[in-house]
Amino acid sequence: MKNFGYTINNDRQIDFDKADRRIADYVKNHEPSFNICIACGTCTATCSAGNFTEMNLRKLMIQIKRGDLIAIRTEIAKCMLCGKCFLACPRGVNTRNIIIKINQALNIYETE
Amino acid sequence: MSKKKIIVIGGGIAGMESSTYLASMGYDVTLLEKSHELGGHLLKWEKLFPTMRLGKDVVEFLDKGIELAKVNVIKNADIVNAHKKGNTFSVVLSDGKTFESDAVIVATGYDVFDARKKEEYGYGIYDNVITSAELEEMFLSGKPILTSKGEAPKKVGFVHCVGSRDEKVGNVYCSKVCCVTAVKQSIEIKEKIPDVDVYCFYMDLRMFGMHFESLYKQAQEKHAVNFIRGRLSEACENIDGSIMVKVEDTLAGRPLRMTVDLLVLMVGMVPSAGTKKIGAMLGLNFGANGFFKSQDQHTMTTISNIPGVFFAGCCVAPRPINNVFVDARAVAIMTASYLEGYEIEKRITNL
Repeated sequence: MKNFGYTINNDRQIDFDKADRRIADYVKNHEPSFNICIACGTCTATCSAGNFTEMNLRKLMIQIKRGDLIAIRTEIAKCMLCGKCFLACPRGVNTRNIIIKINQALNIYETE
Repeated sequence: MSKKKIIVIGGGIAGMESSTYLASMGYDVTLLEKSHELGGHLLKWEKLFPTMRLGKDVVEFLDKGIELAKVNVIKNADIVNAHKKGNTFSVVLSDGKTFESDAVIVATGYDVFDARKKEEYGYGIYDNVITSAELEEMFLSGKPILTSKGEAPKKVGFVHCVGSRDEKVGNVYCSKVCCVTAVKQSIEIKEKIPDVDVYCFYMDLRMFGMHFESLYKQAQEKHAVNFIRGRLSEACENIDGSIMVKVEDTLAGRPLRMTVDLLVLMVGMVPSAGTKKIGAMLGLNFGANGFFKSQDQHTMTTISNIPGVFFAGCCVAPRPINNVFVDARAVAIMTASYLEGYEIEKRITNL
């Protein structure tokens, strides 16, 4: 078919009714402090991985809560589990354990 | 010498508590209330943030004060005229009764924002869009929380800042109490319907009170209330009566849409009809937001532009209950100081 150069953009909107919340639920159930994040970004500010890569824990946690799981596995792999984020969190979110639980959940649900 | 007289206009928290203190101090206090009972908005509130104590308890406390101090209470008072002549104030009611006094305390409070003005949220159009004040009345009634179809909601949304911080409705100020009220009501909904999902749509959460932040954390930790940062652009009704909300999830940086069974609008405070009416009669100054203008925002918050007229409570600005109590007691002192002609009265400052 002749290509006229027209494309269809994917919908950028998050359809929350259809969101895949399995990873979020798994993490929430195994590390309840997942819920108390206020998205201040302290974790990301102190993150060694975040200083050299696109790794952004604050954003990753929101994406998981919204069921936006496309890049999670590659992003989470950048974490070295140093735990600085956990020390810095003003709310006591166990961010290091959250990373571990996200990995576990990904292995269980094989979401990629 | 006969007792000096004070008229207090408005029988909510501010009017009741200032009347109580002034009457106890020996003044002849008349409290005018437009409705058939004292207590104001507090009568329609079941539980109070952040402690969840009953609003009824606070009303009882106030009532006890009125009774002990022997305040002269006039209910169903419809004021048709109020003016100052010399140093004496006259207030005339529609039944012809006239009261005279040496000072007036205006405690005319606030009205809740009329959510129909924020048309895009569909209040008054869609059955499952209600206000925070209506939800509170449902709590107070003790009846189960149901959608318009009579079913228990599975998903409930709370929209913060409805009628506040919004130039489009003409109110640019923060109403102060709605953020923590949404947190409180979220927790109450979760307690009443344990498997419900609750979503709060907020711009930012102003948890300024000493125990507000811990209530917020409790909502997240214990009740798993979801907080989504973003202001609704619109709400629309699905064919089954549920409500579709559109918002930008500003933390994810993407637009988001979702369905809720019940949408609660956190309505803010606006200057009351009584504030506008009494202000016009007495010639009181209004500020840019339509509330009364104090002589000085730091040092003279209870002082009006007319000597002998004082402000108490939410007729000056949106305030939570604890602040109104402090304000009511402060206005009692300022009124007494004026009536006694204390030397310190000379240090009036002006903005």
